[in-house]
Amino acid sequence: MNDYNFAYLDEQTKRMIRRAILKGLAVPGYQVPFASREMPMPYGWGTGGVQVSAAALTPDDTLKVIDQGADDTTNAVSIRKFFEKTAGVETTEETEKASVIQTRHRIPEAELTEDQILVYQVPIPEPLRFLEPRETETRKMHALQEYGLMHVKLYEDISQHGAIATAYAYPVKVEGRYVMDPSPIPKFDNPKMEMAAIQLFGAGREQRIYAVPPYTQVVPLDFEDYPFEAGKADHACDLCGAEDSYLDEVILDDAGNRMFVCSDTDYCRSRREAGHSGRLGEEAA
Amino acid sequence: MTPLLQVKNVAKMYGARIGCTDVNFDLYPGEVMGIVGESGSGKSTLLNSLAGHLPPDRGEVIFDTRTEGPVDTVTMSEPERRMLSRTDWAFVHQHARDGLRMPVSAGGNIGERLMAVGDRHYGSIRERAADWLGRVEISESRIDDRPSAFSGGMQQRLQIARNLVTGPRLVFMDEPTGGLDVSVQARLLDLLRGLVREMGLSAIIVTHDLAVVRLLADRLMVMKDGHVVETGLTDQVLDDPQHAYTQLLVSSVLQV
Repeated sequence: MNDYNFAYLDEQTKRMIRRAILKGLAVPGYQVPFASREMPMPYGWGTGGVQVSAAALTPDDTLKVIDQGADDTTNAVSIRKFFEKTAGVETTEETEKASVIQTRHRIPEAELTEDQILVYQVPIPEPLRFLEPRETETRKMHALQEYGLMHVKLYEDISQHGAIATAYAYPVKVEGRYVMDPSPIPKFDNPKMEMAAIQLFGAGREQRIYAVPPYTQVVPLDFEDYPFEAGKADHACDLCGAEDSYLDEVILDDAGNRMFVCSDTDYCRSRREAGHSGRLGEEAA
Repeated sequence: MTPLLQVKNVAKMYGARIGCTDVNFDLYPGEVMGIVGESGSGKSTLLNSLAGHLPPDRGEVIFDTRTEGPVDTVTMSEPERRMLSRTDWAFVHQHARDGLRMPVSAGGNIGERLMAVGDRHYGSIRERAADWLGRVEISESRIDDRPSAFSGGMQQRLQIARNLVTGPRLVFMDEPTGGLDVSVQARLLDLLRGLVREMGLSAIIVTHDLAVVRLLADRLMVMKDGHVVETGLTDQVLDDPQHAYTQLLVSSVLQV
């Protein structure tokens, strides 16, 4: 028993957010304005994602929260505790068991199913923002599909770095219509966005919600002669030996030693439990 | 021959004050029209109304489009008008900073219009950007420099390249030589004259500098207090001004 309404927000607010989510699902990639509430956490810590999660949760759901792929970092732990306290829902660290997954800047390595909802925390929902500061103008550009400017950014990348250097928040075109910021996920995750699960994006400070329905076409922008490449560190995980997962680089000492580990902690743990081991797997265990 | 642009009874009011009113003229392909007048005479208001930046209160601006023939641009839909303004039209601002994207390299600035109309091949975009830098006399080695590293004259030439890269048929210029020193002005005018003739451009040039229109314009329109007071061939108007205000304007030019 606690004194909070289920999942913290009042029912009217949740209805308002659900309407925005439904509209977002109906117009994939379109940023739906919503009346973002004050949440008991600072902007930039996932106020948008938390509100979307609160509106999507039911008492039967199992929640998983990840921050840069990890279940055990501050942001993930405190949001998980927040919903344990205010909604009393079950929580898990295992991707397969979760029905709602709130994420900051990663898509889990395990393939998601039709029974799952992935909620992204979004800092800046407008992909054109750094090129065109005026909101009136960017809205018009979306409405009229004037997306040439997005390619100017990619052009600048190639002219300065010889390749498209944008490594995260790589702009995508959804279902051939709206250009969308996939939130700051690494571009390694972009190909995964055509998935079976529902993807919801919440930006609390910017007061926008957008969504990608299951099996929706999501195409990264690129040039004919500089096609999109999903990149990752050219290593295997030093703990579990996985060669197909996105890796974090960890500096070990001041003598140049470093290790690469899966950023998805649940994926790494389940692989190690299944008997896989990497270069430093034995020592670390 | 169909006029490229027909302007009929265009008027723009700022509340009760007149911006410009009763403006009528036809512009034929390859023709350069100068609009002169003192500050506040409504030249820039007129230019912005014609280019679709300000909606005129009355009148028609009929442009001879490539596909559909003459169409009134005032009543056409916004997507069509914006499409027109990045393909067949070009607008050269007085301050290059208004027309350029300052945080984007010279090559990106020129390539923007190409990408806006759907070019998605980096190599060809860059090639055309380099070609246009050459045509406006900027060294190709500056292609990755930002416009903020350019001199005023170079910025203005870059703005012109950025506008002409899609091969527009009508160029609006708002005091293209304002704020430049005389030797740079001369070079820019030389360049503009060359490009206008070479590409067969039509242009409407707003300026208060009579020397500019003498060099560039075929025809001249003199404005005062929002009204057109005199029109005619450039040499005719400048050498034999009829209206009292035009006479004043011509006699006010300082002789060196």
